[in-house]
Amino acid sequence: MARTVVEVDRLTKIFDKVVAVDDVSFRVQEGEIVGLLGPNGAGKTTLIQMLLALVTPTAGSISILGQPLPQERQKILSEVNFSSTYVSMPSSLTVMENLRVFAKLYAVPRPHEQIDQLVERFEMTRYRDCLTRNLSSGQLTRLSLIKSLLNDPKVLFLDEPTASLDPDMADKTRRLLREIRAARGLSILYTSHNMKEMEQISDRLLFLHRGKILATGAPPELLRTFQGENLEEIFLKVARVGIAGSAGNGGDQK
Amino acid sequence: MSLQRISAMVSRHLYLYRRSLPRMMEIFFWPLLDLLLWGFITLYLRNFSSSLPRAVLFFLGALILWDILYRAQQGISVSFLEEVWSRNLPNLFVSPLRPGEFLLALMSISIVKLLAAAAITSILAWYFYSFNIFLLGASLLPFVLNLTLMGWTMGIVTIAVILRFGQEAEVMAWGLAFLVQPISAVFYPISVLPRWLQYLARTIPSSYVFEGMREILQNGGVPWISLFAATALNGAYLLLAVLFFYRNLRIVRVKGLLMRSGTE
Repeated sequence: MARTVVEVDRLTKIFDKVVAVDDVSFRVQEGEIVGLLGPNGAGKTTLIQMLLALVTPTAGSISILGQPLPQERQKILSEVNFSSTYVSMPSSLTVMENLRVFAKLYAVPRPHEQIDQLVERFEMTRYRDCLTRNLSSGQLTRLSLIKSLLNDPKVLFLDEPTASLDPDMADKTRRLLREIRAARGLSILYTSHNMKEMEQISDRLLFLHRGKILATGAPPELLRTFQGENLEEIFLKVARVGIAGSAGNGGDQK
Repeated sequence: MSLQRISAMVSRHLYLYRRSLPRMMEIFFWPLLDLLLWGFITLYLRNFSSSLPRAVLFFLGALILWDILYRAQQGISVSFLEEVWSRNLPNLFVSPLRPGEFLLALMSISIVKLLAAAAITSILAWYFYSFNIFLLGASLLPFVLNLTLMGWTMGIVTIAVILRFGQEAEVMAWGLAFLVQPISAVFYPISVLPRWLQYLARTIPSSYVFEGMREILQNGGVPWISLFAATALNGAYLLLAVLFFYRNLRIVRVKGLLMRSGTE
């Protein structure tokens, strides 16, 4: 039986009087790819930020790799990683310099090997000595993804990781993530507005709306439950009407 | 505490400085301009040497020491701003880097910067104006240490405020040191200040250093009481600054402001 790597229990975040995440509970198993789906303002990013200890929850608890957050923050952060389209890297450093700095921060064993391997897999070899500020947005995204895989994380948090990639590179990235998952049991919590991508890559989806989990299940299961042709149709229903899903808020368990 | 993570942060800034002309100017060019300006002023004042004995020593000594304080503060606040400008702060805060290691890394970077700036200004002051900073003798080290500690304190307060209120508070990085300069007795003794400002000046560690420097250049001897007062004040202020930083970091995490750093 797969081990639980992320356990979220009754998590709530209130900013002033705005409830961003409302009494949310779920688990992510080892090797599972879980997609967080929801309209803007649904609470996806706040949820990921709480899982990364960037935001302190108002209530509830988080346990990652069996360790409680924030008490074991450093231990957890050395075994997970994160990539987001909205976070950048020092623009006056070259690709290799940035990766060397982060490899050191994560105490990566054999950093040169690891960097070379990832740079090659993400087809960034020819940009090794390019200043980061001269990279295109797609190349920046790939650099951020390489950074996020440097420490062989056990759990990866990705916030719209393929938003600026062309379809070819986005497909390669998804394939690579699945390969790493198959080889090492990597677990991924993933947000994207690309419904097709979510359908392809996710083992399970969590539909968030106004901070609550409205529905959870594998993509085909959700299509059946909501009688939709595709995820986009379901997304529009959830975003516009806020239908109550089968699993309901706090619904969990794979 | 991990030396590897601290050195990772230091190397990130060394990579940056190695190829950035504007940043190299910050270390070498501006101190050089200050030195030339004050050097020529003091050469002019030398003509009135009977009324202003040792003017060259006073002004150039003060300038070099002031630059140490300023560079120490900038070493912390501008290095932090580099992370904000490059939207890299979230990457650092989701890494295993501890906030304490982050502060130590910024302090290490500031030492590199101030040593480079102090070395170049000291050499040029000696070359152009025959001013030898080592005239300050055994007091030089505690003077430099105290000014560095005060620069760090101001740098840490600055980044704590930027962390909490965003880039609008960036002006503190450039202006905070100059806010305390008039009451630091850098170029004139505390006694010329109005009485109420004299009281305020005595709460500023740097005022003891500059008063002490003039004391040495005029009468010789080590001003132990001034040095002790400066060190005690610096120790207390640095501790309060670090506590202020941690408090603001906690607030920033509660308010969810870390991801917004550099994006507003």
